[in-house]
Amino acid sequence: MINWFKYSAPSTFYPLAGKLIPVFWTLAALLGAIGLYISFFVAPTDAQQGEGYRIIFIHVPASWMSMFIYCIMAFWSLLGLTFNTRLSGMMTRALAPTGALFAFLSLWTGALWGKPMWGAWWVWDARLTSELILFFLYIGFMALQAAIDDPRRADRAGALLSLVGVVNVPIIYFSVKWWNTLHQGASVSLTKSPSMATTMLWGMLTMALAFWAYTIAVALMRARTIMLEREGNTEWVQHLPDVKEAA
Amino acid sequence: MPVLAAYFAALQRDLLLVMRRKTEVLTALFFFVIVTTLLPLGIGPEPDLLRKIAPGAMWIAALLATLLGLQRLFAADHADGTLEQIVLSPEPLCVLVAGKITAHWLVCGLPLVLLAPVIGLQFDLPADAIGILMLSLLIGTPLLSLLGAIGAALTLGARGSALLVSLLVMPLYIPTLIFGAGAVESYIAGLGASGHFSLLGALLILAAAFAPWATTAALRISLE
Repeated sequence: MINWFKYSAPSTFYPLAGKLIPVFWTLAALLGAIGLYISFFVAPTDAQQGEGYRIIFIHVPASWMSMFIYCIMAFWSLLGLTFNTRLSGMMTRALAPTGALFAFLSLWTGALWGKPMWGAWWVWDARLTSELILFFLYIGFMALQAAIDDPRRADRAGALLSLVGVVNVPIIYFSVKWWNTLHQGASVSLTKSPSMATTMLWGMLTMALAFWAYTIAVALMRARTIMLEREGNTEWVQHLPDVKEAA
Repeated sequence: MPVLAAYFAALQRDLLLVMRRKTEVLTALFFFVIVTTLLPLGIGPEPDLLRKIAPGAMWIAALLATLLGLQRLFAADHADGTLEQIVLSPEPLCVLVAGKITAHWLVCGLPLVLLAPVIGLQFDLPADAIGILMLSLLIGTPLLSLLGAIGAALTLGARGSALLVSLLVMPLYIPTLIFGAGAVESYIAGLGASGHFSLLGALLILAAAFAPWATTAALRISLE
């Protein structure tokens, strides 16, 4: 049985993260290479959409990640508010920029895909609109964290905000969905399930795993930086090998 | 009931403070009027077009006017130290916060509901649609105050909190906006507004149950 609470202290988590980062970078590079190979060379050309559909291999995993990361942030926030651990706030803060990046990437690739397929960069579809709102939620979270000087207070305020956000995301999704059906605006249905070739699904899943590995690697790197920044005066930071070398 | 007494004490205190400085309230009201006046000037005076955009335009104006008042909810009490005394009071903080939120709605939300018919006439809305609009604002504006209070409490003492609170709260206002404006639109389209009212009511009950509690937690974080 691993004692998880041992790693909730920055002094023990820092070296562990240092060991994990290269592993996840390697995984991200390998899976990314395999995923891109499948998506460009193995997956067949789509009968209706031609080659243009291949952006799906970036678009769909990016959308998944943007939603997963918000849930993970809410999980760390709940943990932080209940157990009052320092690490949770650092992880939440480290994850937010990557989540925002994926939300933006998903919107951007969606626009690039939408133009040739439906003839419009943007339609007011429920999924697109909620993705945009999710992006706003990320921006709001980061703005709140940046505006509060005391890091502990910023962590706790951000944690509460992300919990309020995660409760609201489904409400927002369904309200936008019903709004859209009332307006009957977008003539494109994204919901009819396409019969997807198995290789396409594999390509998407591999890319999603690559994005997972990338997210973990980047979040751990960011968390390590935050730890050094906040705990610069403590004993354990002074005794770190890389800090000693630099000094 | 001491809890109810505390609730009404908080409510009365905030209302009294507002009555002593009436300009602040009137500013938010005139903001609402001016925004709704500017829209036809920007878009054009065709009655058909105005009738079409009226529900959405008035709802967005109401949303902005509510945001304007949010800053006042805790900031002044925080600046002069009253808020700390309120937090230290033996009465449950949640109840006192609920009293303050009610006062905010009575001052910022209710006047908008009462003003809506006048603005509605400017947009050439038929009388029955104005009734639906008022009802939707009556259910929806308390929701705006409740959700906004969480944002106001979270940004208390943060840098640039006036702008920040809008950034945090606006995405959370989207369902209210959709169902509020949607009620009027679907009524005009002949579909009936009862579904929208049910959803707005459900959201209001949900927010009334949880928002004061979340606001309390946010206040404690801001003051620690």
